[in-house]
Amino acid sequence: MKKYMLDLRVTENVRPHAQYCLLKLTSEDQLPDMLPGQFVEVRVDHSPSTFLRRPISINFVDREKNELWLLIQLVGDGTRQLAEARVGDLINVVLPLGNGFTLPTEEIPTKRLLLVGGGVGTAPMLYLGACLKAKGYEPIFLLGARSAGDLQQLADFQRIGAIYATTEDGSYGEKGYVTNHSILNQLDFDQIYTCGPKPMMMAVAKFAHAKQIACEVSLENRMACGIGACLCCVEKDKTGHNVCVCKEGPVFNIEQLSWLS
Amino acid sequence: MAELSVQIGKLALKNPVMTASGTFGYGIEYADLMDITRLGGIFVKGTTEQPREGNDYPRMAETPSGMLNAVGLQNKGADYFVEHIYPAIKDIDTNMMVNVSGSSIETYVACAEKIAALDKIPAIELNISCPNVKQGGMAFGVTACGAAEVVRAVRKVYPKTLIVKLSPNVTDITEIARAVEAEGADAVSLINTMLGMAIDAERRKPLLSTITGGLSGPCVKPVALRMVWQTYKAVKIPIIGLGGISNWKDAVEFMLAGATAIQIGTYNFVDPTVGIQVIDGLNDYCDRHGFHSVKELTGALEV
Repeated sequence: MKKYMLDLRVTENVRPHAQYCLLKLTSEDQLPDMLPGQFVEVRVDHSPSTFLRRPISINFVDREKNELWLLIQLVGDGTRQLAEARVGDLINVVLPLGNGFTLPTEEIPTKRLLLVGGGVGTAPMLYLGACLKAKGYEPIFLLGARSAGDLQQLADFQRIGAIYATTEDGSYGEKGYVTNHSILNQLDFDQIYTCGPKPMMMAVAKFAHAKQIACEVSLENRMACGIGACLCCVEKDKTGHNVCVCKEGPVFNIEQLSWLS
Repeated sequence: MAELSVQIGKLALKNPVMTASGTFGYGIEYADLMDITRLGGIFVKGTTEQPREGNDYPRMAETPSGMLNAVGLQNKGADYFVEHIYPAIKDIDTNMMVNVSGSSIETYVACAEKIAALDKIPAIELNISCPNVKQGGMAFGVTACGAAEVVRAVRKVYPKTLIVKLSPNVTDITEIARAVEAEGADAVSLINTMLGMAIDAERRKPLLSTITGGLSGPCVKPVALRMVWQTYKAVKIPIIGLGGISNWKDAVEFMLAGATAIQIGTYNFVDPTVGIQVIDGLNDYCDRHGFHSVKELTGALEV
């Protein structure tokens, strides 16, 4: 897919939580095509202690409003600076980067699809769910967080599909981790998509593999260029070779990776 | 419009602005975002005779105004380059050059020979300064004797423009520069990354799998500029200056200190189009100061 470097204008900066901000960005021109699972590299100005762009997954693309949504977890100085963006500011982004999730290609949608997100890893699941719903699927979300307050965009998810949740303190949904949720034993799934902390994704991958369910994971290794030039963000594939998460991923079929061995 | 063309050995550049090895892939990665043919040249990713996996993840740590990397020359080897990458880049209308590395004299020579056979690669940059590999790399670049030995051997098999990339991790860079000049290098490029380190205090662990790595970005610019200036006074061959260049003004400074041409490295990650802006900025600077050719800037520092 053709990549672009664009100055996008902030239309909204929502702060649903002390540790998150939701930036809505627009352009005078029509935003380029973007696939669920792809990401953007956001330039951060006025952050003296940081230097590189921040890789942020595509949270949602609102075609009617010509808006790109980025759900950003405030983890360091760069993301904290991004959260200071005000309506009307221009933010420079390179997009779309990497490969998205593989969408099913059935003529009549019959597959049962589970979308598992943990922490800020729920972000790409919203756009993925919306794209699946547009194809006639009824995506099921399984979302995990530390506590009820950490679960983001529940109303948006609710409009797209059924939500099951776990929290580590039991304040919302079932108590524990996503891989312990009872829904996994109640329903049979044909495909799992997941994004979140690596230990969570590894557990989901192992569950899927044991049940012979196709599974794609979206990684967030530390990146510099985001485009396959610097080779910093590597992950080992199943043959032991280092592959760039930014270019060969960030979405991988778990059978491609070394996690299961 | 000032004359922007410069000459490095037998290599003619339409302008002095190139991208540094390891920071711009094979050029094609950036073709969507800009007209890469406007660049004076592109140094592609470091290439070794045999494939290399590179170091384990994590390989990168951000630092104030810069970054540390410990990629460790991951590449698919010279044969793969010749068969699969060269055909895709050979017709790009700028100088496409290969950064050649090795773990022994023999592997440097073998890689240089394979690249020498490629018509559309007009120059190589001999990397004797990579701090991220256990054998070879910087080991050759930190002594005058080691640097001379590898340049002498490669010079015998490489007739085109031979550029030698120098390490800043030495007591006296001019000694190394003089040694490679004496062995027939057509030019030197400097600086490669500076050996550095980053620690996660909370976890009490290093941020890189290799513990130490190469520092680059605007934070190294003053050191690079000083070394270009010292080297300019020590050798007659052209100098390609690099190290933290992020705008046209930085490029002018490197040329005033003695560089004939420059490379942009780490800043490509922040703004891939920085090279184009530097070309335009150099032209404006020359016009503004009455220089007919950008060549007049080289060493024009008034001291």
